[in-house]
Formats: sequence, C-alpha cells, structure tokens
Amino acid sequence: MIDPAMPEQPRPHPAAEPVLSVRDLAVSFRTADAWRPVVNDVSFDIGPRETLAIVGESGSGKSVTSLAIMRLLAKGSARIEGEVLLNGRNLLALPEERMRDVRGNEIAMIFQEPMTSLNPTFTIGRQIAETLLRHRRMSAAQAKAESIELLEKVRIPNARGRIKDYPHQFSGGMRQRVMIAMALASKPQLLIADEPTTALDVTIQGQILDLIKTLQEEEGMSVLFITHDMGVVAEIAERTLVMYRGDVVESGPTEEIFHRGRRPYTRALIEAVPRLGSMSGHDWPLRFPIVDIETGRVRAPTEVAGTLDAAGTPILSVRNLVTRFDIRSGFFQRKTEAVHAVENVSFDLAQGETLALVGESGCGKSTTGRSIMRLVEPLSGEVQLDGYDVLKLGPGDLRRMRRSVQMIFQDPFASLNPRMSVGQAISEPFLAHHLGTRSQARERTAELLERVGLSAEMMRRYPHEFSGGQRQRISIARALALEPKVIVADESVSALDVSIKAQVCNLLLDLQESLGISFLFISHDMAVVERVSHRVAVMYLGEIVEIGPRAAVFGNPQHAYTKKLIAAVPVPDPARRGIKRNLAVDELKNPIRPRGYQPPQRHYREVSPGHFVQE
Amino acid sequence: MYTYVAKRLLIAIPTLLIISLFVFMLQKLLPGDPILAMAGEERDPVLIAQLREQYRLNDPVVYQYLYWLGDVLRGDLGTSLRTNQPVTELILQKLPVTIQLAVMAMIFAVLIGIPAGIVAAVRKNTLLDYLANLVALSGLSIPNFWLGIMLILLVSVYLGWLPASGYYPFFADPLRSLETMIMPAFVLSTPLAAMLMRHTRSSMLGVMRADYIRTARAKGLSERTVVMEHGLRNGLLPVITLSALLFGDLLAGAVLTEQVFTIPGFGKLIVDAVFNRDYAVVQGVVLCTAVAFILMNLIADILYVLLNPRMRATL
Repeated sequence: MIDPAMPEQPRPHPAAEPVLSVRDLAVSFRTADAWRPVVNDVSFDIGPRETLAIVGESGSGKSVTSLAIMRLLAKGSARIEGEVLLNGRNLLALPEERMRDVRGNEIAMIFQEPMTSLNPTFTIGRQIAETLLRHRRMSAAQAKAESIELLEKVRIPNARGRIKDYPHQFSGGMRQRVMIAMALASKPQLLIADEPTTALDVTIQGQILDLIKTLQEEEGMSVLFITHDMGVVAEIAERTLVMYRGDVVESGPTEEIFHRGRRPYTRALIEAVPRLGSMSGHDWPLRFPIVDIETGRVRAPTEVAGTLDAAGTPILSVRNLVTRFDIRSGFFQRKTEAVHAVENVSFDLAQGETLALVGESGCGKSTTGRSIMRLVEPLSGEVQLDGYDVLKLGPGDLRRMRRSVQMIFQDPFASLNPRMSVGQAISEPFLAHHLGTRSQARERTAELLERVGLSAEMMRRYPHEFSGGQRQRISIARALALEPKVIVADESVSALDVSIKAQVCNLLLDLQESLGISFLFISHDMAVVERVSHRVAVMYLGEIVEIGPRAAVFGNPQHAYTKKLIAAVPVPDPARRGIKRNLAVDELKNPIRPRGYQPPQRHYREVSPGHFVQE
Repeated sequence: MYTYVAKRLLIAIPTLLIISLFVFMLQKLLPGDPILAMAGEERDPVLIAQLREQYRLNDPVVYQYLYWLGDVLRGDLGTSLRTNQPVTELILQKLPVTIQLAVMAMIFAVLIGIPAGIVAAVRKNTLLDYLANLVALSGLSIPNFWLGIMLILLVSVYLGWLPASGYYPFFADPLRSLETMIMPAFVLSTPLAAMLMRHTRSSMLGVMRADYIRTARAKGLSERTVVMEHGLRNGLLPVITLSALLFGDLLAGAVLTEQVFTIPGFGKLIVDAVFNRDYAVVQGVVLCTAVAFILMNLIADILYVLLNPRMRATL
C-alpha cells in the first residue's frame, strides 16, 4: 500500500537496472611465493542515483575493491577475479584500451588525499580540461569555458580568476572541490569517492559532504562511497556494506545496518563510534564499550570517577602564553609578518584531570602543547608545572622538568625509531635520566609493556612488527617510563582505526584511574573529546574562545565557533540522512598578522561556574 | 622571480671572491719558485731581483692579491710565464673547443640517459630494466681513456669511419668538426649518461607511485600521457639540477679524453701549465672553470624554480 500523502521517495526504483553490479569480486596480491587474497567474493549493486557506502577499517579491502572496479591496480602484482558489470558490460573483460574510455568518463573517482592527488606542476585549469579534451572531444577554448563552469558548480569562489592557479595555492578543502570538478567533467554515471573527507577538517568535511549530496541530485549520479567513518556513512548512504579483512560482513539499507545489524563485527564498529551528545547524564569520562568481534558480547563501559583533585593546586598552570613564528620575506628576508600561533592562552590542569584542547588545523592547539614543554620557545607568558617555572628554566632544569611531562604523538609509525627495539625505545628515557641500572630498566620496561596491554616478551621486537594500535601503546609505555605527572597527548588517537581508537582511549582512561595522571588531550575530534575529558578548551586562531566543564561546553555552547564545530560533526544516525547543513563555503582563516600587530584585549564572560566564553 | 635571480647573482659575488682568494693562494702554496725557473740556469741575482720587482713579488701578499684581482676584473689574467702569451688569449683559444666538447657530450648524455631512465622505471624489474642498469654500470666503471682507445681502434683503425684524432674549429668547417668530435664527446658522455639514467630512473620510480599519477590514470589518460606528461614533468626536476652540475664539470675540461684524442682543450692546457709551473695559466683556467661552475649552478636553480610552481610561489 502506498500512502498517497507521502512525498515521492528519491529512492531508486527496486526494478531499476543497477548502474554497477559487482559479482564475486576477488582480488589477490602477489607476494614472494604465492597470491595472497585481499578481497574475497564481494558482490553488490548500485542503482541509479543511489549511494552505497563500503565501510571498514584499515586492511578491510575497501579501497582495493574500488581500485579493482576501476582496474587501477598494478597489473603484474594484482589479480582480479569475478565480474564488474557497468550497465551490463563486464569491465574486467574489456581490453585496456576500452577501459580507458570508461575511466574518468563513465566512472570517475576522487581520492583521500586532496593535497597529493593533484599534479603540482600543472594548473588546475589544465588538469580539469584534460578530462574534457580526452572524453568529450572539446576544443581548447570550449574546455576552458567548461572548466570555469565546473569550478563554479563545485562552488569555488572566483572560478574564472583561479583557473590558472596551481594546486598548492588552494587549501585542502578547495583542492577536494577541484578533484570533484575534475570527476564531474565527463558527467559520469558513477562517482567513486575513496575516503574523500578523511584528511579534511571537520567543518570542511561537512561542506564537502553537502557538496557531494547536492551534486548527486543535480547530476543524477550514483555514488560508491568508501569510508571508515560510521558518522559519514549514516549521513550519505542509502545502503551500506561492511567489510572486514577482505570479506563482506554484512550489507543492507543503512538504517538496518545501524539498528539491526546482526553480525558482531558490525555491532563492534558501530559501538566504537563516539556519538556527540551521548554523554549527557554522565558526570565523568566514560570508557568505550568493547564488543567482542567473535561472540558479539558487549563489555559495558564504566565511568572513570574519583581521579580528579579539583581542590588542590593545579599540576599545570598556564598564564597568558604567547608563541609567535616570524615570517620573513622580501629581498633582505626581513621579518614582515608573524604567525600568532598561540595568543594569550591561560588555563589550569588539575591533578588527575583531562583537559581537551580542540580546534581545527592551524588553531594553535599543538603549538600550545609544545610550548608548555618548551619544544618550541614561547614569546611570553608563564607556565607552572609541578613546581617548575618552566619558561625560566636553564638547560639542566629543563631536562629534569621533562620527567614531569611527557608527550604522545599522532603518528605511531613515525614517532618510533625503526632501528631501535621496542625495549630500547621504552628504556631509553629511564636510562637517559639515570633512574637506575640496565637491569632495573629492563624490569621497568617489562612492567610498562604489561601495563599498556602488551607482553614483556615483545621487548626484543622492532616497531615494524607491530600494528598501528600496538605502536601507539608502545609510545604510551615510553611516555610512562618517567612516571610523568602530565601527559600531553597530541592527536594521539586520531590516526587509529575506530575500534583501536576506542581501546587506546580506554587504556588512557585506565592509566588515569590507576596512576592519577593528568592529560592535556589535544584533538580535533569532538566526539572523542566529549567522551574522555573533564574540561574542554576550544581554540580558534591561536586563542581560547571557550573553556569550561565538558558538560557545559557541549550542552550549552556559547561561542559561534564552538557551535559551528559541534554542528559539523557527522552524527552516526541514519535518520538524519538528507539533512544538509547548508554550511557556507568558507575556509579556515589563518592567524598571520603584520609585524607589530597588537592583538585586541579579550574579555571572558562566565556563563556558569567555570565555563568562560570570549566576548 | 627577478628578485630571486638578482639575489642569487649577488650571492655568487662573495662565492667568486672566496674562490679567487683560493686560486691566488694556490700560487703561493705550490712548491717551486717560478722566478728561479724564469731566471734560467745562471740564476743572476740582479735579474732575479728585477723579476721579483716586475711581478710585484716584494709587496705584501694582500697587495699582491688586490693587484691581481684588479687585473682579473679588467680581463687581464696575466701572461704565461712560459710562452709570454696573455693568459686571457690562451683561454679564449681553448674555450670554444671545450664548450663544443661539453655541449656535444651533454647532448649525448641527455639523449641516452634520460630515455633509458624512463624506460627502466616504467619497465621496472624487467629484462629491459636490468639491461639498462647493466649498461649504466659499465658506463660508470669503464675508464674513459680505455673506452677511447678501444673506439679509436674499432671505429678509426679497423672500420675507418671517423678520424682518430685532431680538432677543427666548428665555425670553420662544421661537418669536419663534428666528425672529429663525435667519438670524444661520446666517450666523455658515458659516465654522465649512466648517472642521468640512474637518477631519472629513481626519480621516476618515486613519481610514478604518487597519488596524482593514480588520478591521471583514473581520468582515463593513456599510459603514454601519464608517463610523459604527468610523470616526466615532476620526475625530471631533480635530473635537471644534476645535468647542470654535470655540465659545469664538463666545462672544467676532460684531461684524459683530450689526451687520448689529442684535442687542444682546457684539460690539456691545465696539465701542460701544471707541469711547467705556469701559475698564471693555472690560475686563469681554475678561475674560469669556477665561474662556469657557479653559472651552471645558478642556471640549475633558476630552471628548477621555473619548472616547479610551488617554488615559484615562495619567491
């Protein structure tokens, strides 16, 4: 029965022929002596105007699947089996010559890294026109006019003026728009978007998702959307396919996957996604629920209470911290401008407390963390840390001070020396600070490895033998080696897969509970921040625009930027699909000021106890 | 861009001054007294004193340097102690020879090395790649003089296709000039071609893994366009810098090759001058070579910036 009052659904007609139909797709990569399967028996259909999301963590085979459809995997080292039917025609059986007419024409693709996916030595105009010249047989003048139109279509301001610009003259978000313009050039029937927003800031991600949705309606394309982010899936996809280690775990309409997903892995993936707003009613940081991938049993999350010593003297106290970097230019390399990376930042961090510094790229959150440790030299201000007046310390005291504060970095692959065994890496700070003998260091290392959920036997292994999550645990163990009072965690969980992210966050919370460590948790991820922190400071262009207890900042955001940040976070709730944010096309501003610029005097208004907002 | 070039030129000035100082000191440090050599067997003390005065050798070293520098700036590199010819004249005689040899060798090196590097990169780990690498390794390890002699034996003596030695000025008789220069230029180019090939190969291998190459393929461009336009434009950037530096090296003359083919170039000039303790000539040639080197370096930097929009932006 069709209810006549219901508006017409934009859904594909069930009887409509699928645009793309993938049957028993299998991909294997050549290893030294055998073919190693990486994708097994993947089958799905995408109807006209439909969006299918393939979701999975690293190593799930989701990107390989998309590259296999386009036949972009290196021929000698990858074997593709099965069928990929585009309007009934098997792409895998086409000669390479014919396949080239499909690529960029009937199927277009955009990639994760807008920073590196455009050729740095050609203008963007030329790169867009290339597709037009190749597939639409236009003249050079027509192609140029069409390129401008395409840039306007993806809402790039002043398209006509920017056609001669090179990729490096665009921000990440704008580059992704250029990539989309390039993909739309030949009016493809199917757009494959491989993690198109993962490398972007959250407000920019919102804009790009909006754009893809709008263009899909305008152009009537189908979209295959590859992502690891359940929030993005919920926002964009009608149907979802979950992959795990090369296998399809489950597929179906997105609502069903989210609400009635049957497989333990699907549940684990969805449970691991932090949901903004899920913390109302909780007073303390809350561990993530962990779902056993085999059995589907959920370990209920517990709060981390009683670590906070709010009444005592703060372990870290920052007052009016200012860090600027000079920009030199002109013939004589004079200092003409300065990046006001950190501008008049003040906050306290209590014993056993987690204070989150949130904001987007370039807001100064990382520089703040580094300034406190004097990894960069602040211009002025005062930092009191565990009894040290940090900014006045000489080299010897500075070394001693660093026992009190340690750092965990974002990239677990780059922050461990590949030539040092894990045991050496963890015991190095212990030995460097002369805290004991080598055998004591070994004992301590074993203990630390156990503490972070690894085993003591792993001491002799090297970083490349570990997964990303394990390496981050090693980094944490290394930071713990000096028994610091404060740990600066700079985007420490951002590069990790969702389920690993949940586990590492839980580990940090465990450590806080047992050791009473204070965390300065630097992150761009609002949902994770809400989960793990006691207090939150929102940074924008080097300044703290809002600071307060977590519940107050998230429950009653006051500053326009805080509101914008919260609104931009994708919500893993399929019911919100189709809701557009209508975010204006704007870019992140930068805090570069002319030399001698005096920042205005800021005033903060107390909204509720401890909750301050910049006026 | 103009400020960049101007700035680079300004930076070149102190570099040249330092080099001129070294060149000048060279004369002071070398063993053997040229005045004694000039005075002849009798060693007449009056003549020696006279010569010392004439060549200002009794003045303080700083003054000697400044006099010398002033002369150099006026284009006067002194006179050869041996032949009494002005050094500038000697150099101007040999310069066209060396430039012709260098240009021809460079053309060979680029024509052989770069395509071979591209092919080796695109056909990585195939027979073609191994072959190119083998040839490159041979080019680097076979001594020039040996290759020169073998080529003379084969091409000139047995086959009689090309003259074994000699030199004809290019503008007097271009064809004949090319004929005599082909073999020495080729011999000189072999190690350069090998270096260019290895560099092009590794640079292209890196570039072909880049994300924008995947983008280009995803557009449906032919593999030829992908490699020759998207790949090469980026892959050649480091190779260009190397080529310019290698060219500077060629301008310094090629002692062994010139000896084997008896070509009257810089290499021969400097060897003769060193053996004769003809310091003015040594100084002149070294200075000239240094200027050429700095100039090529400058050109390399400017080319690199011109071809690389990201660099252009930072200027």
